[in-house]
Amino acid sequence: MPLASRHLLGLEGVSQEDITDILDTAISMREILERPIKKVPSLRGVTVLNLFYEPSTRTRISFELAEKRLSADTINFSASTSSVKKGETLKDTVRNIEAMKMDMVVVRHKSAGAPYFLTQCLESNIINAGDGAHEHPTQALLDMFTMRQKYGKLAGLRVLLVGDIKHSRVARSNIWGLKAMGASVAVCGPSTLLPYEAERFGVDVYTKLDEALEGVDVVNILRIQLERQQSGMFPSQREYTNLFGLNHHRLKRLNDNFTIMHPGPMNRGVEITTDIADGPNSLILEQVTNGQAVRMAILYLLSGKKDSDKVEEVDA
Amino acid sequence: MTRKKKSELFLDDIGLRRALTRIAHEIIERNRGVENVALIGIITRGATLAKRLQLIIEELEGVKVEIGLMDINLYRDDATTRLDQPIIQKTDILFDVLDKNIVLVDDVLFTGRTIRAALDQLTDFGRPRSIQLAVLVDRGHRELPIRADYVGKNIPTNRTDRVSALLVEHDDEDGIRIERSSANSKQKTSQEENG
Repeated sequence: MPLASRHLLGLEGVSQEDITDILDTAISMREILERPIKKVPSLRGVTVLNLFYEPSTRTRISFELAEKRLSADTINFSASTSSVKKGETLKDTVRNIEAMKMDMVVVRHKSAGAPYFLTQCLESNIINAGDGAHEHPTQALLDMFTMRQKYGKLAGLRVLLVGDIKHSRVARSNIWGLKAMGASVAVCGPSTLLPYEAERFGVDVYTKLDEALEGVDVVNILRIQLERQQSGMFPSQREYTNLFGLNHHRLKRLNDNFTIMHPGPMNRGVEITTDIADGPNSLILEQVTNGQAVRMAILYLLSGKKDSDKVEEVDA
Repeated sequence: MTRKKKSELFLDDIGLRRALTRIAHEIIERNRGVENVALIGIITRGATLAKRLQLIIEELEGVKVEIGLMDINLYRDDATTRLDQPIIQKTDILFDVLDKNIVLVDDVLFTGRTIRAALDQLTDFGRPRSIQLAVLVDRGHRELPIRADYVGKNIPTNRTDRVSALLVEHDDEDGIRIERSSANSKQKTSQEENG
């Protein structure tokens, strides 16, 4: 089954079937990562631009590796060393780059909606690698892949997101994706870091971590952006750690076969203690490996999809 | 031109079983036993045929040969020009192919492009001593210099005919079915074409 869209801008409104197709394809991609030669020729001749207007380690390296493992040609662009410094607009930058014959663009931008804007001015397939506080769909897909790998299915799973929900694109994409797959989702954080009327996302909302942890299968801990303290979102780092930091005393409230996840980068000793981050129930590094497989699946499934999609007869 | 298709059962379940048994015998004979032989089936129906061959060889020789499954879609030569990508299934080759005599197994040999992709993929897993090809049906119309070492049935066809291998694991019955397109009686069959 082909995906409904030729871009991946977010998980809001993406169907259960499409998410399942991506996750199933990622299982096969994951196997490629275990081969002696971790490369397949399927995107030969496809050129992918990694357009990063915000700093990133994991996501950028993960996308670049995924592209290389599929034999695509990759170009990396980071705003800090480019003509953006001279005041060039996003539209002019990408149109100039597209004039050099790009097929796909992976974009991270501080403004929500930047990937959508690119779909309006480019012919390429656009993949959102994080836009402002809007969505980070590939992170949510790799989180879901990791959960499904452990539990077999997502339906019925109880997932808790802890931390700065308000500013988190990871949280939003996880909520949309998990709900589409039939999981039950709860969020927990200081009320200053919860979105206004968070219930409208269809999630349970908690401001006390101990209550929120009761009977949960997966805890996905979001990074607390320490710079938020300056803006008065929470009084002190120590208070945040006391009220919302995950430590081993709190783990007993979780279900037996629980899982700890974190999209990184971690503030060890703030939102999560080191014994849990490196403990037996932590899948944090597994998430990173799976991220490559999920991104390979997305690149593969979107490649070649053009505006005027028509289905051709394929011979054996 | 009307493109009415009429369907014909070319081979039934007993015939299919006999063809597979003969291929198993030939594999054993050609390789002087199955000591260093491993089967790799091309997903979907080639994989099922490989499993059946493995069972028949076990009955004949008392040895369970190693078996792997391969999805070749990522190695297709039309992967980036196709508009809709098929969902990839998991390639599962758990043994080391180094210095093995590998028998690739597929259901229908047609243009040869699938086998070309399989050969490329197999090379990325290592360097086998040899690669042989077993197919249930050879229907002609090759577009690449590829031939099968073991053939269940040679069936002369027109290019527009559809040849399907039916296996109970996926279909209602075992056998080989051909849908002839009636409008092309003037076209050459593969037998004439290949002379």
